[in-house]
Amino acid sequence: MGMTISEKILAAHAGKERVEPGELIEAKVDLVLGNDITAPIAIKEFEDLGVSKVFDNEKIALIPDHFTPNKDIKSAQQVKILREFAKKYNIVHFYDVGRVGVEHALLPELGLVRPGMCIIGADSHTCTYGAFGAFSTGVGSTDMAAAMATGKTWFKVPESIKFVVYGKLQPYVSAKDIILHIIGSIGVDGALYKSMEFTGDTIAELSMEGRMTMANMAIEAGAKNGIFAPDGKTVEYIKSRTGLPYTLYYSDDDARYVEVKEYDASKIEPTVAFPHLPENAKPAREAGIPIDQVVIGSCTNGRIEDLRVAAKILKGRKVHKDVRLLIIPATQEVYRKALEEGLIDIFIEAEAAVSAPTCGPCLGGHMGILAEGERCVATTNRNFVGRMGHPKSEVYLASPAVAAASAILGRIAHPDELR
Amino acid sequence: MKAHGKVWKFGNDINTDEIIPARYLNTSDPDELAQHCMEDADPDFMKKARPGDIIVAGKNFGCGSSREHAPIAIKAAKISCVIAQSFARIFYRNSVNIGLPIIESEEAAKDIEQGDEIEIDFDSGVIKNITKNKEYRAKPFPPFMQDIIAKGGLMAKVKAELKK
Ligand code: SF4
Repeated sequence: MGMTISEKILAAHAGKERVEPGELIEAKVDLVLGNDITAPIAIKEFEDLGVSKVFDNEKIALIPDHFTPNKDIKSAQQVKILREFAKKYNIVHFYDVGRVGVEHALLPELGLVRPGMCIIGADSHTCTYGAFGAFSTGVGSTDMAAAMATGKTWFKVPESIKFVVYGKLQPYVSAKDIILHIIGSIGVDGALYKSMEFTGDTIAELSMEGRMTMANMAIEAGAKNGIFAPDGKTVEYIKSRTGLPYTLYYSDDDARYVEVKEYDASKIEPTVAFPHLPENAKPAREAGIPIDQVVIGSCTNGRIEDLRVAAKILKGRKVHKDVRLLIIPATQEVYRKALEEGLIDIFIEAEAAVSAPTCGPCLGGHMGILAEGERCVATTNRNFVGRMGHPKSEVYLASPAVAAASAILGRIAHPDELR
Repeated sequence: MKAHGKVWKFGNDINTDEIIPARYLNTSDPDELAQHCMEDADPDFMKKARPGDIIVAGKNFGCGSSREHAPIAIKAAKISCVIAQSFARIFYRNSVNIGLPIIESEEAAKDIEQGDEIEIDFDSGVIKNITKNKEYRAKPFPPFMQDIIAKGGLMAKVKAELKK
C-alpha cells in the first residue's frame, strides 16, 4: 500500500519508514509560528518551563499581524511580550511594523516555507503552506510552547480525501470560487480531522497565489491540512525566494484515500458564502444583497495577484456612494508592488481606502469594524457571527473580482454585470 | 474525577468567535476572557451559568480559529465539561493540552436537553442523566492523550520529559 504526500512527510519527520492513518506519532517540526494573539500565551508557558533556550532560534517565526499597528494599549502590551521574547532568545524571524505582513502571506515571501517541511503554527490558517507541498497545520498556544522548547509535536496521522478538479475555469472564476464551492459541497466539517489533497488539471493551472488561497481555507472544512503536489511553478517560486534546500514528495499511485471527490471546474460560478458559515455557498449572480462595506485583503486574498484583479475591475470606476471599500495589501512587498504597478492609484481614484498590512477587520480587530445590521463582502475566509464587528452584522465571503464588482454596484454582483 | 451540573445546550458548528469574540482577544487573562464566554452564541450565558455547569452541543464544536482563549474562557468560566457530537480538531487538541474535560458522544449530545441535570464519571466514561434517569457511554480518550491529561496537561508532560 502506497502513501500520500502528507503521510510521507509525517513519516520522514517521525523517523519512520511509514505511518498509517490514525497512528499517533511524535514528529520533528521545521518551523513554529505564532502571532500577537497566540504567542503571548505560548511565551508565558515556555517561560514557566524554566529552560534556557529555544530549540532553534532560526525555526521560530513571531508575527504580530492581527492588531497591528497596535490598536490599543492592551494589544501594544501583547506585542511587547513578543518583541522582548525575540530579543531575549535571539529569534531571527520576528517582524515588527514596517516589516510585518499577514503571517501566511509573509512567510512564503520570506522563503521560510518550502516543499517537504513540517510546519505548525498557533494560527488555524497555517494550513496555507500546503500550497507548497509542505505538511502544515494549525495548533494551539500550548503546542507552540512545547514545540519551541523541544522542536517536536504530536500528531494523529490524518486520513486523506482527494479532490480532483478538472476543466477550464470560466471568466472571473478563481481559486477562491473553487474552494468556496468545495466547502459548500462538503460542509464545514466535511473534512474534519482529515487531509485535503488537491489535484487535477485545473489545479495544475493555478498560480502559487491561487493554491495558497485554496489551502488557506482547508480549515474551513474542518481539515487538518490541505496539500498540493509540488510542480515546476512551486520550484520556481521557491528558488526565487531562497537558496535553502527542500524535498519534493508525491503521493503514490496506490495511496489510500477515504474518499475521492471530483469537480468540473467549468461549471463553477463566481461564488459567495452567505452568513454565518463558509459552507453557505451560492452563485454571486443570484445574491442581489445590498451592502455597506467591502474588504479586499487577508491571508486568503491579499496578495498582488488579488489586487491586480481588483484594480482591473475598479479602473476608471467609482465605489458606490453607499459603500466603503477597504483595500489591505497583505505585506509590505505586496504594497510596494501595488504602488509600482499603479494599482494604489487606481484604488484611490476609485475612492477606496488603502491601509498598511494588517489582519484588521478580517477578525473584527480594527480598521473597518461593522455596526449593527451592516453587511460586508470580504475576500477573507470566515463569516461567523460577529466576525467583523457587531454580532448582528453580516459577512459574505467572495473572490477579489466579486468583491470589487460589488463595491461598484453597491450590492453583491457578478463582475460581468459591469460590462 | 466527576462532574455534576446543569446543562446549557447549543447547536451545531459553534465556533471560536462565538465562544470568545475576537474583540476581547487583546488580553489573555483567563478571568477577563471568562466574562465573555459564549457571548456571541448567548449574550446572557455568563449571567445564567453556575460553576460546575456543563455545555452540551452538536457537531463540530469549537470550529474556527486556533485561539486557546476559547477553551481557556470555558475553563475559567468554571464549566466542568463540554459534551458534543464532535469537536473541531484544534479545539479538541487545545482542550486536552490545557486540561479542559471534553467528551465526544453522539448519543449523549443528542439526547440530553437544556436544563437537564447530569453527572459525568471521567474514569468510566459514563454520563448519567439524572433528570431523565438515563445513562450514556462515551468514547474514551486514546492512551496517548490520557497520558497527557494524567500528567496535568502538555506542558507538565514536556517538563517531566526535559528533566530526564
Ligand atoms: S488575515 Fe484573517 S484569517 Fe488570516 S491570519 Fe489574519 S485574522 Fe487570521
